[in-house]
Amino acid sequence: MALTPPITDIEQLKSHPALGRLTSWNAAVVQAVKFDRDELTIWIAKESIREVCAILRDFPDCPFNYLADLTCVDWYPSEPRFEVVYHLLSISTKERVRLKARLDGSSAAIESVTSVWPAANFYEREVFDLFGVRFSGHPNLERILMPDDWEGHPLRKDYPVEGYR
Amino acid sequence: MAQFPTTLASGLIQEETGQPEEGKLVLNMGPQHPSTHGVLRLVLEIDGETIVKMKPVIGYLHTGIEKTCEAKFYQQVVPLTDRIDYLCPMTNNLTYCLAVEKLLGLEIPPKAQWLRVLMNELTRINSHLVWLGTHAMDIGAMTVFLYCFREREDVLRFFEMISGQRMMTSYFRIGGVALEPPIGFFEKVKKFADRFPGNVDEYENLLTGNPIFMMRTKGIAHLSAEDAIALGACGPTLRGSGVDIDLRRDAPYTSYEKFQFKVPVRTEGDVFARYLCRVAELRESIGIVQQALAGMPEGPIKADSPKVVLPDREKMKTQMEALIYHFKIITEGFTVPEGEVYQAVESPRGEMGYYIVSDGTAKPYRVHMRGPSFANLQSLTKMCEGQLIADVVAAIGSIDVVVGDIDR
Repeated sequence: MALTPPITDIEQLKSHPALGRLTSWNAAVVQAVKFDRDELTIWIAKESIREVCAILRDFPDCPFNYLADLTCVDWYPSEPRFEVVYHLLSISTKERVRLKARLDGSSAAIESVTSVWPAANFYEREVFDLFGVRFSGHPNLERILMPDDWEGHPLRKDYPVEGYR
Repeated sequence: MAQFPTTLASGLIQEETGQPEEGKLVLNMGPQHPSTHGVLRLVLEIDGETIVKMKPVIGYLHTGIEKTCEAKFYQQVVPLTDRIDYLCPMTNNLTYCLAVEKLLGLEIPPKAQWLRVLMNELTRINSHLVWLGTHAMDIGAMTVFLYCFREREDVLRFFEMISGQRMMTSYFRIGGVALEPPIGFFEKVKKFADRFPGNVDEYENLLTGNPIFMMRTKGIAHLSAEDAIALGACGPTLRGSGVDIDLRRDAPYTSYEKFQFKVPVRTEGDVFARYLCRVAELRESIGIVQQALAGMPEGPIKADSPKVVLPDREKMKTQMEALIYHFKIITEGFTVPEGEVYQAVESPRGEMGYYIVSDGTAKPYRVHMRGPSFANLQSLTKMCEGQLIADVVAAIGSIDVVVGDIDR
């Protein structure tokens, strides 16, 4: 199982149902792709994330109807600082895809996908709680793991692991 | 000094629903309620005995494991993973190790893979036995609890034999498993596996046809397949609603493709269906244990990768090179090539996923755990609306939440 270099060419990867669907719908939303260690990552323009999710969920050939996971990565101090990561699964074909949207540290906000999958509710609250990323259109965006009166967002890279803030 | 939270239980629901309507009452359940299986708090808005709205409040057990992982070497994260879902420590170990091995591109020898399957299925049995005992006790069948914990004790003894620990095993390591099983281990497991189907019959005698148990579970806390998928439910909760998915079969890892087993699916979508799924899984798991024992290959239990896997004690005492590698791994860790993986494994509760991002150093840049209980908890609200208060207890039991897994 030796590692092979990742593939980043969109043309080579079009056979994957998720990428094929997105490029035929609107190729402009796909910012970059990477196929590495048998997993496909698609970077999506952050403005269209909800639309993209709805398109993939309702794709008849391979419906990505299951939101397996939603999380975030902080690339502090580089910009765009945050990457919101969506892991989708198609229950019928067992195909997986990872979507990513880049956000600036100064305006860390993105549209909520709770209208596409109600499952996103808790995950988006978790990302808001631990990273401070705002999700517009979320029905109940409040802290979920930390106490309500907590200051700061613990999983940000500029938040220390121990000691004083 | 930290301020004591002043938000009232009613305040939480009002934000979403406004003032509770005339004649309705807001009731707080938990966090120290014996049937919430840990420190889970539910805020219920009730009309008489009927639930109008429910809101789970979590975070009481949040320990910041994801943050802690970022400050540890890759191999030091393994003991942390035990503490997430403490009823299936080996499944957590397995998911983490598989993810890091995928990042490294490391091949695991067959014996280690077989041992992983064996221990993983024993973990599933252990977890399901705790679930069955507590679930039945919540509903009022006390005896089953004692029966289940009798067998669970045997499984915990196996864990102790093989790893030295009953619960926080940390037995799987990056590149293989920690130790060779002790002499007589396989014989003992074999004896257990031979008699365990009889034990499952005993539990089923007490519950499956029991009219009181059936009245408490049949048609209760219904969840349709569409809702289950939309709400991200997983594992037996999803299969109890008629969705046929099991990652051991659909996306095999650790040689699961070489084992024969059925995936129990029920279409009713109620508490009883989820109960039947899990009990059937107990039988399938012991079948996998039997196959793993019968086909256990010979060979090494660790991958041949001296820069990642700690050397044997014997080699360390005789070979300079092994000693150097040992020193380097312990003091500096090992570097992992840049990249990211999402490794999903079928835990007793459903899809357990680890998302690991590596920046090419010896410490993970980001570790995210997708806990199955966290996902299943969202479907609890849907299940309980319109049900009676007493059925909430049955519903919580049926999704088998572990709060350590929810809060991390």
